[in-house]
Amino acid sequence: MASVTYEHVTKKFSAETTAVNDLSLSIRDTEFMVLVGPSGCGKSTALRMLAGLEDITAGQIKIDDQVVNKMAPRDRDVAMVFQSYALYPHMSVYDNMAFGLKMRGTPRTEIGSLVKEAGRILRLDKLLIRKPRQLSGGQRQRVALGRAIVRHPRVFLLDEPLSNLDAMLRVQTRIELQKMHQRLGTTFIYVTHDQVEAMTMGDRIAVMKDGVLQQVAPPREIYDKPVNMYVAGFIGSPRMNFLPVTISNRQAKASGFDLNLPEAPGLAHGILGIRPEHFLPNFSSDAAAIDLKVEVLEVLGADQYLYGKVGSDDLTARVDPQLKVTVGDRVRLGVNMQRLHLFDPATEKAVL
Amino acid sequence: MGTATRTDAVPVWRRRRARIYDREAPLGYLLLAPTLVVLGIFLLYPFLFGIWLSITDSELGKLGEFIGLGNYRFEWRNTDGVFYTAVVNTFLYTGVTTVFKLGLGLVMALLLNQVIPFRRFVRAALLLPYIIPTVLSYEAWRWMFDPTFSVVNWLLVHTHLAAYPGPNWLGVPANAMAALMIVNIWRGTPFYAISFLAGMQVIPVDLYEAARVDGATRWQQLTNITLPMLRPVLLVVLLLSTILTFADFQGPFVLTNGAPYNSTQLLSIWAYQWGIPGGAIGLGAAISLVLFPLLTIVVAGVLFLLRRPE
Repeated sequence: MASVTYEHVTKKFSAETTAVNDLSLSIRDTEFMVLVGPSGCGKSTALRMLAGLEDITAGQIKIDDQVVNKMAPRDRDVAMVFQSYALYPHMSVYDNMAFGLKMRGTPRTEIGSLVKEAGRILRLDKLLIRKPRQLSGGQRQRVALGRAIVRHPRVFLLDEPLSNLDAMLRVQTRIELQKMHQRLGTTFIYVTHDQVEAMTMGDRIAVMKDGVLQQVAPPREIYDKPVNMYVAGFIGSPRMNFLPVTISNRQAKASGFDLNLPEAPGLAHGILGIRPEHFLPNFSSDAAAIDLKVEVLEVLGADQYLYGKVGSDDLTARVDPQLKVTVGDRVRLGVNMQRLHLFDPATEKAVL
Repeated sequence: MGTATRTDAVPVWRRRRARIYDREAPLGYLLLAPTLVVLGIFLLYPFLFGIWLSITDSELGKLGEFIGLGNYRFEWRNTDGVFYTAVVNTFLYTGVTTVFKLGLGLVMALLLNQVIPFRRFVRAALLLPYIIPTVLSYEAWRWMFDPTFSVVNWLLVHTHLAAYPGPNWLGVPANAMAALMIVNIWRGTPFYAISFLAGMQVIPVDLYEAARVDGATRWQQLTNITLPMLRPVLLVVLLLSTILTFADFQGPFVLTNGAPYNSTQLLSIWAYQWGIPGGAIGLGAAISLVLFPLLTIVVAGVLFLLRRPE
């Protein structure tokens, strides 16, 4: 149990490649923090610096109040789950889980009871004598988790632990991980490129891009109030629609429609952001509305996605699957004015 | 008016031939035949001919009569004691050099696996002892071991590690054996190092990272990750090297040829001395064949030591 603080942390692999750029982030004790971003955004590097697997070029990382920059991984009391699981192929499940305890000189009897307990929690009790190659992907993943939890570390680091599982198992394990976090009451730092994992699991989410932290906030806030176009586009599926508009006073004019903004942004040009799920099938005649010419439609059972054009702009809308639409139709949809976003095209920052 | 099916249209002989190509077993033997012929000519025939020679009183240029186990009895009776010396020396030579080659090769591989300057160059240079034609390099060594005119003793004397004139390397029994071993280790270690290095490079990096986070020190990483993961390579290298060292001929032949007083006599050298200069090719064959069961025992021992711990 510990808090983790990144203070202006920078990692350069060479003069030209900066993996993490001036990252400041403080993670509270027992928090489930998710670092999310596309591959190469520096999220894994940030995690590996905390684990002690990468040197820190500049700045400080603290666990509780202790600066760990120069501390060896073994002294940091963190446990890590790797994307590849990194199980020791020549050791049994039991030995894999016991390894960290053995290295720390834990008495043999204590190792036995700790490993058996972890095995019970993770339903691995019957597999303890097996070798990793005799296990399924999901079982291997649980061994990797078990190896981390037996040690009762201060911080859990998880580097894309679910990405090698199939879709169904991933959802199931996602829920199990959350339960485990509640049960253990330990700080979790979780790296993923999957925004669904980030939204569902994180107490807070840190969105990164090109080594730069974009926004840290709870999932709801990230979704409702993205600070810039990057975060707005990254979180949410399908992606938020971005429509260039010209603005005069309060009126915003896109290529296919215009609407009145709740307040004057003081910009001549803007980019309007509307999430696909924020279109309304029923709306009063004086409300803002768009005229979508449907080009492709996808029915997913619970949802229906319409892909088409409004004026000259591409647009995606999520509508009720009961709505009868065929390709080529023109559908009139209202815009939910409460959920509107406006970005400054120069800085890409949110202004509304 | 029946319509002709496809099989009707194909002549019978052609169908039969097609069937041979289609059936797996005959086709398999057919494709294996050339290899078997080559192996038979170059491996099996000399081996069987050697066995036959060993039970005759053949001499060079004259195929002899069958004399049963007469040659072996001659070895066994060991009139001049050289046979047993050769057996002991062969084991000693193989055992000591293998231990050193294994240890040094491992250390070398570990060093080369680090990020060091000129890594590629150093790796290539490491193979030099292996590339130089053996007779050349052994001649060079023989010169270096010369007691009066050589670089080894000059260095030893001038660094005050030995009193003038320095040890008589190839003229004193114990020294000569040590010299033989040093040269064999010099030549054999690169093979170990390069093989181990190749084995080390396929060990996934994340295993070491996991071990570091798990709290393993460098030494614990070596004993818990590197060595167990290297086991398959270790097995093959040790096996090959044991066999090659056991039957090593070139080095000992150039350096001492069994001298002084048969003290560095090895089975391979002794077999040659009886068989070729001595002309008793039957006896020579019998001596070298003694290597065969002994080598089998050694190989079985190595395999047993490195068996999969389950």
